[in-house]
Amino acid sequence: MYAKLPQGHKKGQLVMNDYHGFGRIILTIIVAMCLRIIPWPIAVAGINPDWVLLTLIYWTLAVPERVGVFHAWTVGLLTDALTGRLFGQYALAYSLVIYFCLILHKRLRQFPLPQQSVFIFLCLLLTQLLLFWLKNIQTPTQFHVSFWLPVVTGTLCWPLVYTALRFVRLARFTK
Amino acid sequence: MAIIASVALLVTEYRSHRLDPLRATTSFLVDPLKYLVDLPTTLIEQTVDSVSSYTALKQENDRLRQEQFIDKTRLLKFDALEKENIHLRALLENSFKLGEQVLVAELLSINMAPYENIVVVNKGTRFGVHPKQPVLDANGVVGQVFRSLPLSSEIMLITDPNHAIPVQVNRNGLLTIAVGSGQLNKLNLPFLSNNADIRPGDLLITSGLGGTFPPGYPVGIVDDFTPMSDKPFANITATPKSMLDRNRELLIVWSDSTPIPLATPQASKEKATETHSDDQSAKSGVTQAPKEEQAGTVRDDKSAGSGFVREAPTGAQEGTARDE
Repeated sequence: MYAKLPQGHKKGQLVMNDYHGFGRIILTIIVAMCLRIIPWPIAVAGINPDWVLLTLIYWTLAVPERVGVFHAWTVGLLTDALTGRLFGQYALAYSLVIYFCLILHKRLRQFPLPQQSVFIFLCLLLTQLLLFWLKNIQTPTQFHVSFWLPVVTGTLCWPLVYTALRFVRLARFTK
Repeated sequence: MAIIASVALLVTEYRSHRLDPLRATTSFLVDPLKYLVDLPTTLIEQTVDSVSSYTALKQENDRLRQEQFIDKTRLLKFDALEKENIHLRALLENSFKLGEQVLVAELLSINMAPYENIVVVNKGTRFGVHPKQPVLDANGVVGQVFRSLPLSSEIMLITDPNHAIPVQVNRNGLLTIAVGSGQLNKLNLPFLSNNADIRPGDLLITSGLGGTFPPGYPVGIVDDFTPMSDKPFANITATPKSMLDRNRELLIVWSDSTPIPLATPQASKEKATETHSDDQSAKSGVTQAPKEEQAGTVRDDKSAGSGFVREAPTGAQEGTARDE
């Protein structure tokens, strides 16, 4: 339907991009979920960053009109099911983070990558803190310092995720 | 909104089992991902199988045949011994093992969360798997089913920090509890005093207390015993017998024990033969009950209340083997 619009038409292109967009969003989230549960070697498994959240944050910043708190909540619920958590842990954390991203997305887009990374660091820290707190309520356990390592690696991975997903978003796959 | 919804979900699931249908539904969406991630490993294994040479296969075949021969010879006296055991237990008014049904499940090579020793296998509620079922491998106890989903189930290993298993020292019957340490090669025995009769090399077996694990299966071997003179309990560690980080096939067990009543020798003889045939037709206490009342005996409910409901797993027939 949208493909019928003239190629040079600016608005038509935008719509076309959006039309393709949702499939790509879902695809990237599926890839992120796979990365999440791949059996990494033990050394890597401890620092495996939260790919799903990074992907969600990217899409919220890029297309805030398409990805919102509800999507984040749904994806969080699926992540809960995927990783065998109590229902609602990731849903709660993701929707909170995405809410902040939505509020600040205009400002964040202007930031250079290092500055964005600082914000990402805070987001990941918030998520991990929430998870830590919820887990502690269920069963009080001691946590090693390495519990916080995914936050650091996630921050370091952000430029990578950003560039990769930017490529996915802007790439035009011609048939 | 989202926050309220998630908190509501959290509280509901923490408190009750009412969300199980929801989890089953979402698992249908998510489980294909688990199989997708597992796919490369399976493919590699299959390729290795298909390209491995004839001689290698022949060698393996020979080795397995030899092992089977030895095992069969060992089992020759097993029937007689089992019957004798049933008789002896009848005299003691004790329960006996009815034989177990097992289901072979294969590990999915995925990693759910770091710092938790939980693994996922490819058999779920569709095969009749239910939570709290014991899981074994060829060497010993692996863990128990923690959560069963339609297409897969999560198994908590005995080394998980949140897992504890009632054990017994095989040498002298000393009862204690083995708690997971979080490392795959270590169990802790935190509740034994400094003068406990336990030493490195002792075999730990399941004691059957608690009702989840059937008694008599090897759990681990004590490898360190350090008395702590300033503390009430000693520092004891053990190594699990099962190869937790190496095997890909696990056995999920349906076990059931039925009490044998104290009876006159003649009656007990009759009963023993009868229960044995019952055993084969897989109907446990049902046909037995009237006879018991006739003999005027007391039913020992300790083991009957162990929480096991025997359900024949539907559709699992080809994968099961009877182990009597």
